[in-house]
Amino acid sequence: MSALAPVSHRRRRVDRAARGLLAAATGLAVLPLVFVVFYLLQKGVGAWSVGFFTTDPSGKFFGDAGGVRSAIFGTLEMVTLATVIAVPAGIGVALYLVEYGKAGRFAAAVRYFIDVMTGVPSIVFGLFVYIVLVIANTGGASFAGWKGSLALALLMLPIVTRAAEVVLALVPDSLREAALALGAPRWRVMLRIVLPTARPGLVTGALLAIARAAGETAPLLFTAFYIKRATGDLNRPMNSLPAQIFTDVGQAQDRLQARAWGAALTLVLMILILTTLARVVSRRSRLA
Amino acid sequence: MQAGTLTQRAGRSFGERPARARVPDVVMRWGLTALAAAVLALLAYFFARLIGESQTALSRFGALGFVFDNDWDVSSSHYGALPLVVGTLVTSAIALVIGVPVAVATALYITELCPRRARGPLTILVELLAAVPSVVYGLWGFFVLIPKLRPVQQWLADTFSFLPFVGGHVAGPSYFIAGLILAIMIVPIVSAITREVMATVPSDHKEAALALGATRWEMIRTAILPYSRAGISGAAMLGLGRAVGETIAVTIVIGNAPRIGQQVFDQGYSLAAVIANEFGEAASIPLHRSALIAAGLVLFVLTLIVNGFARYFVVRGQQGPKAAPAPGMAG
Repeated sequence: MSALAPVSHRRRRVDRAARGLLAAATGLAVLPLVFVVFYLLQKGVGAWSVGFFTTDPSGKFFGDAGGVRSAIFGTLEMVTLATVIAVPAGIGVALYLVEYGKAGRFAAAVRYFIDVMTGVPSIVFGLFVYIVLVIANTGGASFAGWKGSLALALLMLPIVTRAAEVVLALVPDSLREAALALGAPRWRVMLRIVLPTARPGLVTGALLAIARAAGETAPLLFTAFYIKRATGDLNRPMNSLPAQIFTDVGQAQDRLQARAWGAALTLVLMILILTTLARVVSRRSRLA
Repeated sequence: MQAGTLTQRAGRSFGERPARARVPDVVMRWGLTALAAAVLALLAYFFARLIGESQTALSRFGALGFVFDNDWDVSSSHYGALPLVVGTLVTSAIALVIGVPVAVATALYITELCPRRARGPLTILVELLAAVPSVVYGLWGFFVLIPKLRPVQQWLADTFSFLPFVGGHVAGPSYFIAGLILAIMIVPIVSAITREVMATVPSDHKEAALALGATRWEMIRTAILPYSRAGISGAAMLGLGRAVGETIAVTIVIGNAPRIGQQVFDQGYSLAAVIANEFGEAASIPLHRSALIAAGLVLFVLTLIVNGFARYFVVRGQQGPKAAPAPGMAG
């Protein structure tokens, strides 16, 4: 009697079929990415020109449709402001959770609601800001760039916090204890030991949150609105790449649709650069 | 070992410091606590305002009347959200039916079957699906997927017309296309969480199955899948939460018809899409604006419920099942 009965033909066939099916499904999952990238390159590159990046949308029905300069500026301005708000706040909350809130009911509540925030649809954040700031004409204008930034910051906050909490918790306690034993007060330990040790992980989390915010359309539609002109004034309505694409998709003209593809390619490249950066930084990290 | 206990034990040496030197510590502690409290307060405030602003519509139509009334008619100022709720649920359900099996299969293939060298690149490719913004999926869906899939949709509608909710004339934009795009968008998150859950399957179980002579597939079926069932349910629910709240891609491809479609290839509308589309005209009409905010409230509550379930399942999944059911290993 042999130790192992040979695997029957039927079982072998089933095994092979199942493996094939799993591989095929994986191919199917990646297929849309291939198609999206293909069409973005095919239709997007053709829309690119110097004028595409240096002129604002003209809004003219005939003649030159203009480029997406205001959209690029708006996205950069609003995402920058959102980052300035959300990253320190997010890391601060994470620092609280790791340094003071390992146990306790309040910390558990904070953790729970940060979790809840990650599940809130982005359009609901937009609605929040719309209700509180836009309807009330806070700051003198109804729609404004900084209100768009706030909506994006709300979206980024839980992403930053959750990523930061993970890496801050990875900082070995022995480092903290060594610094405390040398007589450093808690605040110095946090600022000089804990945060610098976790820096690469914090940067990665921040970059991923930025990449996510840069591609969001829904919260901007009724906070920053859509305008044609580029402006540096964050207290006025502001254009953005996603809003520009959304506006152009609805137009029946080929030129505007081409501009949508060009803007989409620009946006995807920006996000791709950010996510690649995040990956590189996290690989350099000593932790994780 | 917590740093907090150390501070207390070292109380004497800290006590020797002048009171002035201890101020930054106190400021740091209460500053950070206040920050965390501010986030909670902000959420509570927003939620209260959301409910407050939706009162105009909810008191006119009643909360249940608003959700279950099948007539969203802006021109006659009548707002019943049922067509939107149905649209949101139908597209999300289609996304789950298509997306979850593909995502689980992808996770299985990456963790168990593919060559070790291909593991990293494949993971990155699947994650890149999540890096494409919603509006770009919408753009692609509108200009590429809808025209290319039109004959496919018509063929499906004709061939499977014996099934309920299938058949009829295919216009182009539809629940089905919206669901398909949502499926693409939820694959990365469902797959990532499924992979995490599968990583917690003890290798003892897998090795035991293989040692008993199971083929790879039998090992997956008898060791991995039963163990990670709860976690996969959680991942699916998180994907559902995403799909329910997804706005722009759906707005572009669902057709924006405020009625309940009879078939999956009909045009429809969703909660998020109606908010994105109608806010502009609604800004000056209090009732319309309030109705849109109420739609946002319904959407918010819907995602809260779905994500609550998801959290429950994922936590249970990571602890592993209490007693994994052991289905017989058919030869």
